[in-house]
Amino acid sequence: MSAATLQESLTTDRLAVRSWRPPIILGVLALFAIVVFGILGPGGNATFRLSQDGDAWQVPNLVVPAQGFGWFAALICAALAVQAYLQTKNVGRPAKWVTMTFTVVFVIGLLVWIIGGTKTQNITVVGLFTGAMLITTPLVFGSLSGVLCERSGVVNIAIEGQLLAGAFTAALVSSMTGNAFAGLFAAALAGVLVSFLLAVFSIKYVVNQIIVGVVLNVLVSGLTGFLFEKIMKTKVNGATIFNQPAHLPDLPIPLLSEIPVLGPTFFRQSILGYLMIVLVIAIWFGLFRTRWGLRVRAVGEHPKAADTVGINVNRTRFLNVLAGGAVAGIGGAYFTLVAVSSFSKDMTGGLGFIALAALIFGRWNPIGAALAALLFGVAGNLQSILSLAGTPIDGQFLAMLPYALTILAVSGFVGKSRAPAADGEPYVKG
Amino acid sequence: MSGVQSPEPATVPAPKPAGTAAPPSEGKRIVREIMSGSAMVSVLAVVVALVIGGLLIAVTDQRVVAAAGYFFAQPGDLFSAMWTAVSQAYGALWRGATYDPTARTWLGQLGIFETLTFATPLILSGLAVTLAFRAGLFNIGAKGQIIMGAVFAGAVGFGMDLPPVIHLLAVIIAGAIGGAIWGGIAGVLKAKTGAHEVIVTIMLNYIAASLVLYLLKNQLKAPGSTNPISPPMHENALFPLLLGPNFRLHAGFILAVLAVVGVAWLLDRSTLGFEFRAIGANPSAAQTAGMLVSRGYILVMLISGALSGLAGVTQLSGTSKSLDADIAGSIGFDAITVALLGRSTPWGTFFAALLFGAFKAGGTSMAVNANVSIDIVLVVQSLIVLFIAAPPLVRSIFRIKAAKSEGARA
Repeated sequence: MSAATLQESLTTDRLAVRSWRPPIILGVLALFAIVVFGILGPGGNATFRLSQDGDAWQVPNLVVPAQGFGWFAALICAALAVQAYLQTKNVGRPAKWVTMTFTVVFVIGLLVWIIGGTKTQNITVVGLFTGAMLITTPLVFGSLSGVLCERSGVVNIAIEGQLLAGAFTAALVSSMTGNAFAGLFAAALAGVLVSFLLAVFSIKYVVNQIIVGVVLNVLVSGLTGFLFEKIMKTKVNGATIFNQPAHLPDLPIPLLSEIPVLGPTFFRQSILGYLMIVLVIAIWFGLFRTRWGLRVRAVGEHPKAADTVGINVNRTRFLNVLAGGAVAGIGGAYFTLVAVSSFSKDMTGGLGFIALAALIFGRWNPIGAALAALLFGVAGNLQSILSLAGTPIDGQFLAMLPYALTILAVSGFVGKSRAPAADGEPYVKG
Repeated sequence: MSGVQSPEPATVPAPKPAGTAAPPSEGKRIVREIMSGSAMVSVLAVVVALVIGGLLIAVTDQRVVAAAGYFFAQPGDLFSAMWTAVSQAYGALWRGATYDPTARTWLGQLGIFETLTFATPLILSGLAVTLAFRAGLFNIGAKGQIIMGAVFAGAVGFGMDLPPVIHLLAVIIAGAIGGAIWGGIAGVLKAKTGAHEVIVTIMLNYIAASLVLYLLKNQLKAPGSTNPISPPMHENALFPLLLGPNFRLHAGFILAVLAVVGVAWLLDRSTLGFEFRAIGANPSAAQTAGMLVSRGYILVMLISGALSGLAGVTQLSGTSKSLDADIAGSIGFDAITVALLGRSTPWGTFFAALLFGAFKAGGTSMAVNANVSIDIVLVVQSLIVLFIAAPPLVRSIFRIKAAKSEGARA
């Protein structure tokens, strides 16, 4: 990273390349906010219910006047857009905090506008977040798998396949053994197996990594679908005994789980939810604060240089891809051991590709990817909540949000999301 | 994802948009990978994939499992049970895809025409992927382009009332435009900002899927319908059936064959095609030779998108006859495997699409007659592509055998 950022800052400083895209995009969005949130903002109040009835600590509902808040958010956005313009003019690019704050304020403004525009004008925030975690958790595992692979220079399009393999294997093995942890372990193995194929074909046989990823997704979909029909649908004594996975229970953490909103969201999860948080921090720490991480990033950015100083490039990549597979496999287990109580065909439904989007939107950083996954999870859950409530914006447009944001991110409209330099490039010694 | 930003500041003095400074290696390598190796590898890959699929069918068959229970008492039973399971499945597949004298209807007997029907959109979308490949671009967005092509075609096909022939032509053109717009977005972003086309096209697939659902619930919904489905296409907007009402084969197949001829001409005989191939082989060299790489990227994605859009038209005007959210089905991803199996040549793509069309037609009959889930077809298809993409693997599988048999002879 350090070498790349240095190079990047050198080029931007010396050549003073000024990209006007960020301020233009922010300006357009601010204008949108002024018109939609402000001028056309809905009347009345938007109510955010922060506590549920059974909670120990009752927090009063958060009530905001929808149109007034809309103006407030829109004007802050406008001010930040002007700031971005000035910074681009003077320094060449807007500061990070400007785009970050802009995003947060815009998202909150959007949320208030949406809630204010529904018939009931209120939303249970706890429900919004706990529901979002059903989407976010597998997304985080999937994108962490992507981080591990791509930081070492192997593109992982097969996240979807790894998740699906994990979901299927977890369901099958935990049904057979009656033990959820056996299922979890098997799911990790299944993810490793998919990764193994990815690694063998892309590293040993130097097949284009994207091709391998795409094909592996089809292979896993076909294989799990076939075995699902053959094994899981088989009834023994009238019951589909091979598709009744054991369940991983929720383990609420005392006290912490009573915190309003945050408690039910983060501290009333199954073991996989906690594992997710640990993994995000561990992988971030590992990649950016340890010798192992430095080596991995070196291999992903400049394999030749890494090789020169004695790092075994292809072995590093192989191991990272396998580790990524284990992580995604465990994420897949979440589907069948926690979220739903049985496997169904293609049940991951494209989440692996949203995980890829989260990875890119989070700039190949574990924490960034996790936050992006949270955003995408909230957007996804908001869509399903709102499909019942009648909204000013069609749910399908919320569904597009992750993908549209990712396109904006890779084309550098709002900050540049940059892949590791050697991502996708096989390394052949010599 | 190497093309996301030009990663070699050392050789590229100014950070120009990556369209002009994309690393040459990837596109070149893809093309080399796909073009290298012989047709023999393709055939062997199909054989190996079928064998593995057969094993999978065999070991999951209930009679086989039962026979395995008393394997040591009567080992012959196991093998005969395996043989029965596999031969029934593949037999049903073969008859469903070609000719089945036992079927009751004409359509059931002559499965070969179903094969051609299924192959039609695969040919067109496979060509789309092939063409982009040759220019060094990986168009994973066939699905989105098919959807948008079908949306545009549908808007003309059931939204307007035109005389015969003209209506169908208008539908075809509209579909091509719809697909071209969707492909063009990826091309423009690649050329102007260096955004990697793989990521952009994947994301566009999902955006198109959401967009069509939205449209089907609002503007394009059939009046009075509660489901997200469009009104049926006008009679004049449908492809005429080639073999009468007993078969589904429609004139879209002729369109597909014409497209093969057209793309073959474009790639091998035209200046533009030469530019595409030059860009695919080495964008830097093409740039140096005076070609506009960014223009090439945009043009090839426009044409590629248009071809996928036509696949959407054949689905809509030929097969489904009204638009629903599942119009693209699995064609978008099948297109990639078709292009890979066809080694990125137009006629190779054509025959690969016929094979995959046969799998689709036969898969249905296999599911009905041999009780083997159609998913096995996905397994076989993906294995074929894996083996084809890694010729050394296929060669090593068969070289080992060859060496052994030589040793036995000696």
